[in-house]
Amino acid sequence: MIWNALLLALREIRRNLMRSFLTILGIVIGVSAVITMVTLGNGATRAVSDQIASLGSNLLIIRPGQHLGPGRDSAGAAAFKVADVEALKTQVSGLAAVVPVTNKSVTLVAMARNWSTGVTGTTSDWFATGKWQIASGRIFNEAEERAGAAACVIGETIRRELFGSQDPLGQQIRVKQFSCEVIGLLASKGQSTMGNDQDDLLVMPLRTVQRRLTGSIDVASLMISVRDDASMDIAKDQVSWLMRERRHIGAGDNDDFSVMDTRQIAETLSGTTKVMTGLLGAVAAVSLLVGGIGIMNIMLVSVTERTREIGIRLAIGALEREVLLQFLIEAVALASLGGIIGILLATLASIGGAALMHVPYLFNPAINLLSFGFSAAIGVVFGYVPARRAARLDPIEALRHA
Amino acid sequence: MSEPLIALSGVTRTFGTGAAAFQALRGVDLTIEEGEFVAIMGPSGSGKSSMMNILGCLDTPSGGSYRFRGLRVEDLNRDQRALLRRHALGFVFQGFNLLARTSAQENVELPLLYRGETVEARHDAARAALAAVGLEGWGHHSPAELSGGQQQRVAIARALVTNPSLLLADEPTGNLDTERSREIIDLLVALNRDKGITVVMVTHESDMAAYARRIVRLVDGKVESDIRNAAPAGVVPGAH
Repeated sequence: MIWNALLLALREIRRNLMRSFLTILGIVIGVSAVITMVTLGNGATRAVSDQIASLGSNLLIIRPGQHLGPGRDSAGAAAFKVADVEALKTQVSGLAAVVPVTNKSVTLVAMARNWSTGVTGTTSDWFATGKWQIASGRIFNEAEERAGAAACVIGETIRRELFGSQDPLGQQIRVKQFSCEVIGLLASKGQSTMGNDQDDLLVMPLRTVQRRLTGSIDVASLMISVRDDASMDIAKDQVSWLMRERRHIGAGDNDDFSVMDTRQIAETLSGTTKVMTGLLGAVAAVSLLVGGIGIMNIMLVSVTERTREIGIRLAIGALEREVLLQFLIEAVALASLGGIIGILLATLASIGGAALMHVPYLFNPAINLLSFGFSAAIGVVFGYVPARRAARLDPIEALRHA
Repeated sequence: MSEPLIALSGVTRTFGTGAAAFQALRGVDLTIEEGEFVAIMGPSGSGKSSMMNILGCLDTPSGGSYRFRGLRVEDLNRDQRALLRRHALGFVFQGFNLLARTSAQENVELPLLYRGETVEARHDAARAALAAVGLEGWGHHSPAELSGGQQQRVAIARALVTNPSLLLADEPTGNLDTERSREIIDLLVALNRDKGITVVMVTHESDMAAYARRIVRLVDGKVESDIRNAAPAGVVPGAH
């Protein structure tokens, strides 16, 4: 009986192909939206945590202010000084390196070309701590750091944009009012998963940036790598205590800086993307519900249109539940068809979207199954009322229907 | 079989309630034996349709009793009456009532579908039924591609594909011209004579009723006359 009802339903769907297509469009859009949103969201979450995890698990990052991510509140919190670096190095045990970092946006000019990028002012420990490799040339030495020498190490993107096919080593790049000599080229890390280009950077000694670009002795953030044999938690606590002392924070007051390890950063960032994924998924789920109402609407129209047919079926001996089943299965078949098309569309959209956003495409069987199940369930829920109306028709009245 | 196929006793059918109530049937007593060919006649509003609906188990009497082979139809629920229709009754309507955009073959197979017959059994039975009404090879045509007479033949094939005990025909020739009407009535007569199917036919055309072996005339919801037709048309050569 169910098999027959399914055949009947498919025949009915084929008979009104255009109308069937428009009916399920809502479900198609709903299902594909839900799956695409969740799949891309999961990909973005994975990308963020992968990238941060690639920095290693022994990294602490200290920033002024308490919040991380967009809209962080660093206003009022004092920047760090080079003296903080020295203090951390000497007073906290178990640290492999303490790296000050200061950033400045500038326009670079070389070979009659220019390029806007961010300059990173730091120490030579920055390269090892950030897991950067040198492709050619060298990094700056201690003497250059102390002197604030006009020497820079550039990323692959800068090399390509400014020097093209020429060897950049020994060339001069104009940064604002001064020129610096390219002494090294970083090995490419490739496109970042957050959508930015990791190779688009220029690294100089901290002192050079402070003197010639920012004009202050501030340090924007500190990167600390903890020795493998030392405990991350203890190091973190000690760093916090020292910084509280140095920043004169009273016993009852909150920190005006944040110390985060890479795991925490990954969690914070992926937490954000998870919330976004959930919200987008919820919006998409509403559209799925709207699609269900569309199915109910058309099924009600269909029952009215086919009143006479229902009368004939009842007259020749169809049971109430057989008519109910026929229309219910028709609604479920419509909704499921919408679900299948939606899944196919979502797969294409997710693969395309993942490529565009530079996030990995993670096929998520759970969300695909869930969306399909949900669309079929919508067929049952929204198909039930029209189907019951059909089944309860009085055969005499139904046969009289024009 | 001691029980008659149909036994109506004191059957009434009232529509509406109170002052607006309308009595379509006012106490009908009628017994029809297996193998009969009965024409039910009467003017509009005489209760023909109400009677057909009750005979066809689509409706139940408001009062009185309808026994189908001794089975009290008024005691059956909706699904039980549907099963009775499925297994014992066949309907032919004035408006043919075929499923549109569905081939003749599929229309004829429909009652077998609800009986749960296999695909092969359905195909074979439907082909045989179509052949029996003279529509061999027309199975793939949809109703829109068939003439009125052909559509009614398909409807008859659908009614007899289940080998019903009772064939109920409600104005089967009402939408057809004289020649098609003759063909259809001849078909009904032949089915009754050759297959022993009991036929109850509602008509207001006396020349169609003349083919029946018994003519029941309804007036104002009551049986006014019940006449045996000793020489039904079509049976006696040259009677037409």
